[in-house]
Amino acid sequence: MTSVVSEATEAAAPERRRLKVIPSAGDRVFLGLSRVGGLIVLAIMAGIGTFLLWRALRAFSIAKGSWFTTATWQPDAHRFGVAEVLTGTILIALIAVLVSVVLAIGTALFISEVAPRWLRAWLVSGIDLMAAVPSIVYGLWGKFWLQGHQVGVARWINTWFGWIPIFKVNGADPTNPLSSASVYTATTFVAGLVVAMMVLPIQCSIMREGFSRAPLGEREGAYALGSTRWGMVRSVVLPFGRGAMIGGTMLGLGRAMGETIAVLLIISPVPYVNFHILQTGAFSVSSLIALHYGEASPLGISALMAAGLTLFVLTLAVNFGASAIVARSRSGATSDG
Amino acid sequence: MTITDDLGHRRDIGPSDTGTAATVVPDRSALGRPPRRRRLRGVRTENVVSIVGSMAASLCLTVLLFGRIAPFSGLIGFVVVAYGLFLCIYLTVLSQGQDGPAVRDAVATVLLWSAMVLVIAVLAGIIIFTCVRGSTAFFHSNFFTQDLHHAGPLSPLAVGGVEHAIIGTLWMISIALLITIPVGLVGAIYINQSRSRFARLVRTLVEAMTALPSIVAGLFIYAMWILTFHQEKSGFAAALALTIMMLPILIRASDVVLRLVPGTLKEASGALGAPNWRTVWHVILPTARSGLATAVILATARGIGETSPVLLTAGYTTYLNTNPTHGPMVSLPLAAFQLVNSPEPNVVARGFAAAMFLLLLVLALFLLARFLGGRAPGDMSGRERRRAQRRSNRDRTRFEALASDEAQQFLTRSQATKGEFQ
Repeated sequence: MTSVVSEATEAAAPERRRLKVIPSAGDRVFLGLSRVGGLIVLAIMAGIGTFLLWRALRAFSIAKGSWFTTATWQPDAHRFGVAEVLTGTILIALIAVLVSVVLAIGTALFISEVAPRWLRAWLVSGIDLMAAVPSIVYGLWGKFWLQGHQVGVARWINTWFGWIPIFKVNGADPTNPLSSASVYTATTFVAGLVVAMMVLPIQCSIMREGFSRAPLGEREGAYALGSTRWGMVRSVVLPFGRGAMIGGTMLGLGRAMGETIAVLLIISPVPYVNFHILQTGAFSVSSLIALHYGEASPLGISALMAAGLTLFVLTLAVNFGASAIVARSRSGATSDG
Repeated sequence: MTITDDLGHRRDIGPSDTGTAATVVPDRSALGRPPRRRRLRGVRTENVVSIVGSMAASLCLTVLLFGRIAPFSGLIGFVVVAYGLFLCIYLTVLSQGQDGPAVRDAVATVLLWSAMVLVIAVLAGIIIFTCVRGSTAFFHSNFFTQDLHHAGPLSPLAVGGVEHAIIGTLWMISIALLITIPVGLVGAIYINQSRSRFARLVRTLVEAMTALPSIVAGLFIYAMWILTFHQEKSGFAAALALTIMMLPILIRASDVVLRLVPGTLKEASGALGAPNWRTVWHVILPTARSGLATAVILATARGIGETSPVLLTAGYTTYLNTNPTHGPMVSLPLAAFQLVNSPEPNVVARGFAAAMFLLLLVLALFLLARFLGGRAPGDMSGRERRRAQRRSNRDRTRFEALASDEAQQFLTRSQATKGEFQ
């Protein structure tokens, strides 16, 4: 033993190893090629921003400050703005998120904490399938099924809570049982409910991931202190999943603001800002574009591009915020498996 | 002898005999009965009985309310009232026999169950509703073999179909996949392999792009391809718009799959002296193959369902058009969208049938993806395992041949040296 040690000390100190890897020629070509894939993504995102901005400049220069305050859409009369559609978009998205967050937290907790193991895989598949169902199918369901069936609920809310401004319905007469129900259709409320179902899967899967990451030690600690399952969920799982819950909610909000076809099938435009969510007449930025792209004049197209850019910036801001929150709550995302 | 028990009281536990070391059993009777252990798993019979009883009670009460007492009506109202009553009754029943935490636990469990049941019911309702409304037009064979140019608004369902939309969807999704798969896979490999700051930026951009409103994707292609490059509305333009929608989905899903490839495999490959690109080509991609196929299929399922990008870029026609670069072309969701906006019931039925066909396609793709992607990376099917076994058998025979050659040489050499020594 000692002889070995002395031998090592007597030998000349070995040159220090180089730990930095110098890529071979093949590797350099490979990395260069694969970088092209990244560049294409960058080019598309930058292209969307620049093309829309370039096309929208004319509309912006005419509308100027009134862009966010004008509710009418008459580009040829130089009177146009997103006050109405933006309000509609945000209202629809808020209703959607309010409904979907409750359901998403419930389903995510159910799948990660309550469901028996054999059921779990099926439920995860079901939620994934829900994300894959085309938006047109949701739209058809909303227009031809939900719209008719929600009238009673809308009328009830209006009758008892009509004194709250957003539940007020102009032109509805709750005392007359024979009054037309059409005033309760094509509303922000219906559109919000349909969009809620569409954004639920993404929220649910993000929250489920967050909940299942709550550490086992803390879970068992809570049980050992005599907690029930719900007590454990409240004291361990929910605090650990808070980031995922906030991030998932915001991601859902971003999706909800961009939904087009399902909303377009349900709503009907009115030329003023409509805060009454149960009253017929609702609009959103995306439906505005889908409705007017065909007949528009050059200035009209430019105004639509401006609307598209507004929506793009809005969703981008919400999503960057959301993914920052999710990324912060998710540790070890970049570690090797 | 006195000891300090776990509550901190000094207690005498009986005669002490310091001479012999006997085991002394502490007397626990003074402590009272220990609290009963909670059952955390499984279903408790009394809760199930309470649930069933509360359900029956609330159902009867609701029927009474709706039929006799209050002027309520409507399916959704009925369900909501019945559910509210059920919760109240269940809470009351439980609080008779159990303590606070147990009651809260049972109620929370019921709430979670009902959220899940509601969501699954909505999903099933959407699928069943579409299929029921679509089945009137769906089960006519002409629905798949004719286009719509003969069918006026009042024509019977035996005339006209959505062949043009099916062909259009096939063209668009094929072109979109042709662009998406190479670009998407290369992009996924890039953000997976590179640790540079740019790769991180690309990953963030892809995350943001998955949430890109579909109408904005259509608007971008409209602004670029049609307004700036002065091309006409066509299937190809629609395919470009679909590519923008599918690309981020494919990149994200593939990135997740590639990340699941065990690090030990990559390290083993590197330790054997393989350069990076060989590791990717021979180790990472084959290991993740089934997951990548799933990612492609899921992106396809999303792509064929998109309506708004196609609405802005493909135009609308009732004629069959097999040329994706010239003339308007329709896809299935677009046809469904345009048809259901008609006031004629027969046209609406065709729209529902188109939506039903689309839904069935997506379901089939989804099941295929589940079938392929049910396995973890590196988990091989029987055929793959047999192929790997054959390959390693070949390697073994090769190594054995090499080894026996070397052994032969060694033997001859050693015999030669022996000869020299003797």
